[in-house]
Amino acid sequence: MTKIKRVHPRFLRQGRLKFYILLLPIVAFMLLPILYIFFHAFKPMDELFAFPPKFITRHPTMENFRRLFSSANSTNYPLSIYLFNSILTSLITVAATVLMCAASGFALSKKQFRGKRLILEVNQAALMFVSVAVAIPRFLIIKSVGLMDNYLSHILPLLAMPVGLFLVKQFIDQVPSALIDAAQIDGCTDFGILFRIILPVIKPALATVAILAFQQSWNSVEASQKFIDTEQMKTFAYYISVVASPSGNTVAGQGIGAAGVLFLFVPCLILFIFLQSKVMSAVAHSGIK
Amino acid sequence: MNSIARPSKRRSALGRRSLLDRLNRCSHWIMLAPFLICFTLFILLPVLAAIGLSFTRFDSVQAPSFVGLQNYIDIFSSDRRFVQNVIPNTIIYAVVVGPGGYALSFVLAWILAQLSRGPRTVLAVILYSPSMMGAATTLVWSTIFSGDKMGYLNSILLSMGIIREPVAWLTSTETLLPVMLVVALWSSMGVGFLAMLSGILNVNAELYEAGRIDGVRNRLQEVYYITIPSVRPQMLFGAVMALVNTFNSPGMGVTLSGSNPTPGYAGQLIVNHMDDYGFLRYEMGYAAALSVILLIIVWLSSRVAYKLFGDKD
Repeated sequence: MTKIKRVHPRFLRQGRLKFYILLLPIVAFMLLPILYIFFHAFKPMDELFAFPPKFITRHPTMENFRRLFSSANSTNYPLSIYLFNSILTSLITVAATVLMCAASGFALSKKQFRGKRLILEVNQAALMFVSVAVAIPRFLIIKSVGLMDNYLSHILPLLAMPVGLFLVKQFIDQVPSALIDAAQIDGCTDFGILFRIILPVIKPALATVAILAFQQSWNSVEASQKFIDTEQMKTFAYYISVVASPSGNTVAGQGIGAAGVLFLFVPCLILFIFLQSKVMSAVAHSGIK
Repeated sequence: MNSIARPSKRRSALGRRSLLDRLNRCSHWIMLAPFLICFTLFILLPVLAAIGLSFTRFDSVQAPSFVGLQNYIDIFSSDRRFVQNVIPNTIIYAVVVGPGGYALSFVLAWILAQLSRGPRTVLAVILYSPSMMGAATTLVWSTIFSGDKMGYLNSILLSMGIIREPVAWLTSTETLLPVMLVVALWSSMGVGFLAMLSGILNVNAELYEAGRIDGVRNRLQEVYYITIPSVRPQMLFGAVMALVNTFNSPGMGVTLSGSNPTPGYAGQLIVNHMDDYGFLRYEMGYAAALSVILLIIVWLSSRVAYKLFGDKD
């Protein structure tokens, strides 16, 4: 993805207009809800109550954000606590997931040992692991290892990420083994090879894992809902989902909810925009044979 | 010979060096350990536990008691809600969102690949955005589908004269499932979509030239004879991701309508039924049997995907 690829010979490249026309309704369907929430977040009270509702904000205001931040909503703790929890747990989750995927991806791609095939096959099967399906045994396991009401229950269940390991392993398969042999001859240990040679060349794959792990952790409400009782240890996504839950759907709540949604969404969006070219080059190797 | 023997001699002379050496020899297990531990604890063990618990009666207070296949028999013979609502809902949902969303993401990826780089990147970000919403997805849509006349969709339809009374989209038994389908399709352009886009972009351009010479006449033939065979591995990955996305997100009927069970069980899927029994009624064994059924459905669907797109050998 470094250079524009000529996908089709010239004789087929005319008439792109029809593709844009085809795309238009779908792009509108994908984009308009996001734009609507974006405008909603900046609407003052009278525009939120206006009938018929307006799509575009006439007099933008930060009122909704102010009310989101002022603590006196449904809980008694300031928003900054939830925000801090989310940032901290997301950062730790991302860093740990990236390191774990890189290390195990390297071992599974470049080392020969017994049991390797089995691990690869189990991981490939786990690609289709649906975590909500085992919510209950997970809950029981968290309970029995004593992680209930523990900060770590935000982090640990998210660390093993089969897709992440799969993408990294596929990417390392592309790294020439000669590079590693050369380092070995120069006396580099496997850990040295991992940190000095592998990590720098698989940055696109790591960026992809990072972005996937971040999305998962930043948006996660499972731990706050099921594993953690202490209010001060819950996450921002959980706070937003409580403050703006559809069951308590008031028009005033919608404004706050929209502001919260923006807060959840914008970090993911910015991260993705920055890393999208890396993501694209990493998922190019995602094929399952 | 000499040059091979020398380093090991030197290493055994220096204790630290030999420790490093020993560490290095099992380095792959050290590197794998953190992942394997987390994987076992939070993926493998829960699956095994679900299978084990599904043969028991367990209320999470007293020790589980073995009941054999009784939970499965109950599910299919005496759970009216499961057979009449949950299964049909799950099938409709899975067919529309799974293959439907997957086909849509392939078509979109293909169209995007025809565009030049700038617009393609912008449009890819827009199409991918909804899948980043995560927990916020239902918030976005509950604002739009809000059931009073202030709801955005209601107000548009009212002012256009299409409906006279506001529709309670999220609590009416007729509209909840369609709304869920819309929301799920909206957020279905995830990593699989990006993988297929990337795969189509990387198809060797010479293949198209060769195809032209061999008599490929139009775009449809081109897609069928060249693009799809070339991106088959990415399409398989995309299919698996579509599958996970389909079955991982259906908690939303409950979040959208604000109650579990959903009104009239209209949006009840296996996952909600499971939560209902597990976390609300504390019938963990029964809930575990439901999750085993769900895992089997996922596994069978993935077999279909592998049959369709896997290597034929």
